[in-house]
Amino acid sequence: MSFAALAIRNFKETFRDPLSMGFEVGLPPVFMVMFWSLGKNMGADIFTATMLLPAAVIFGFVCLTMFSAITLAGDRQSALLSRLLTTPLRSSDFILAYTLPYILIAILQIAVCFAVGALLGLEVYGNIGLVLLILLFMTICCIGLGMALGSLFTENQVSGIGSAIIVFTSLFGGLWMDLEAIGGVFQDIGYALPFAHAVDAARSVFMGAGLSDIATDLGWVLTYTVAFFILGILCFRWRTKE
Amino acid sequence: MKESAKVNKEDVGCATNEDNFAIQISGLTKKFGNLTAVDGVNLSIKKGEMLSLLGPNGAGKTTTIKMLCCLLEPTAGTATVMGYDVQKEPLAVKEIIGISPQETAIAGHLNAWENLALISGIYGLSKEETKKRSEELLKLMELTKRAKDQARKLSGGMQRRLNIAMALISDPQVLFLDEPTLGLDPQARRSTWKQIKELKGKKTILLTTHYLEEADALADRIAIIDGGKIIALGTSQELKDSVYDTQVMEVKAKNITFDVIERLKEMYSEVRSIENGVEIVDRELSFDEVVDYLRSQGVSIYSVSLKQPTLDDVFLKLTGKGLRE
Repeated sequence: MSFAALAIRNFKETFRDPLSMGFEVGLPPVFMVMFWSLGKNMGADIFTATMLLPAAVIFGFVCLTMFSAITLAGDRQSALLSRLLTTPLRSSDFILAYTLPYILIAILQIAVCFAVGALLGLEVYGNIGLVLLILLFMTICCIGLGMALGSLFTENQVSGIGSAIIVFTSLFGGLWMDLEAIGGVFQDIGYALPFAHAVDAARSVFMGAGLSDIATDLGWVLTYTVAFFILGILCFRWRTKE
Repeated sequence: MKESAKVNKEDVGCATNEDNFAIQISGLTKKFGNLTAVDGVNLSIKKGEMLSLLGPNGAGKTTTIKMLCCLLEPTAGTATVMGYDVQKEPLAVKEIIGISPQETAIAGHLNAWENLALISGIYGLSKEETKKRSEELLKLMELTKRAKDQARKLSGGMQRRLNIAMALISDPQVLFLDEPTLGLDPQARRSTWKQIKELKGKKTILLTTHYLEEADALADRIAIIDGGKIIALGTSQELKDSVYDTQVMEVKAKNITFDVIERLKEMYSEVRSIENGVEIVDRELSFDEVVDYLRSQGVSIYSVSLKQPTLDDVFLKLTGKGLRE
């Protein structure tokens, strides 16, 4: 359990950083309320709580990618990671310590979004456990990507790349717009990545779909989750080997 | 170079009695592409000894430490820490060492207590033990008053001391201090030296520095390293004695005439005129002799000082360049 001390530290590092917590936990519900009000004004039913919740949560996860990457890149640059590598911690301890705290923050974020969603009239016809499963996969997917970025780039580079990923995902992830309505290259790119699949799957389940209905989307999400997490581990190991 | 070869051979010779040594390094080499950062270093450090690796930036000090801490794989050679091979038994080595890296490696959003708890938690210390040792270390490093402030808000000197305290929390048998006072102002440096001195004899310590005064003030023995090679090894005094075979006397006086200076030049190997006096250089200088002669010539002396050789002179003599160049 020696990874626990580092995991606790990583949690505190994020939890005590107002910017990081603002983006990860504060911003998603703000976006939900914003788009929901927009929908009310327009009289359109595309921005309902059911549609917005998966988008907001995934948006928060992408922010988590950036901030977990910043923490790791910062630890590399400040030599804290070097110091930790001279302790008896094993590679698996590091992976756990740089993963579990962010899952905890993701859970916090999901809880906040569900609470706000409930206030905005969230309707759930399907299995909520299935939604949570999709979101759990996406959390691990985003944390894996964060670990890869944090291993490969410096703190400054990661801030830039992370912001670009957040904007990119907002556009191509089908978060705030219907990709099918946009069509063309946008749609192709969007559906070659896991974000739109996760959002679609979660929305479908909210509206009553079962596991077999979302199998394809879930397959995309799971494949990316495994791929990004392995990528994260490989990048981390490569970086810490010498 | 002849001298260094001799010194190193003797050093390895002593190492047959393995129980006395905490660190034994033999032929340790690290190459990065074409660059040889550490070049066949041989060194043995006794248990409880504080040895300083002294050399300019880029001499190979940090690379040596990184190999001893299992952060870098040696290209060639071997090293053991308390009998454990750094390549074959890295986990055993990591259990018994503590390192204070050159960069301040602390968690900025954690306070001093939490930073110490982070390391002690990794080493599996109990809560009570962590509390007790943290209290002791915070007191030793004079951090008690600021222990609850986030580390990023502490002064540079305090952060450096916390950096060292984190290396000590697991009560390591062997401590590596890599440039412990780098970038500190003179006052903070002296205060940090005081804390390091407190550790002398209790731990085996390998300290790297490019500050001559630091090696001089702290270390039992000094290994001078340049270009990845150890070029001299001994106590501060031994090093100075071994290479400094002349003495310099500075005399400040009134009315030293040209004739007097000419006469001095006949008596000693080198005499230089300086402002308000002369500087006399020779293998051996007698204070009385110089003073008696000058007085007999009617010179009134303000002050006479025999300049002590410094480690910089040693370095200059060995490498032909100053340590700070």
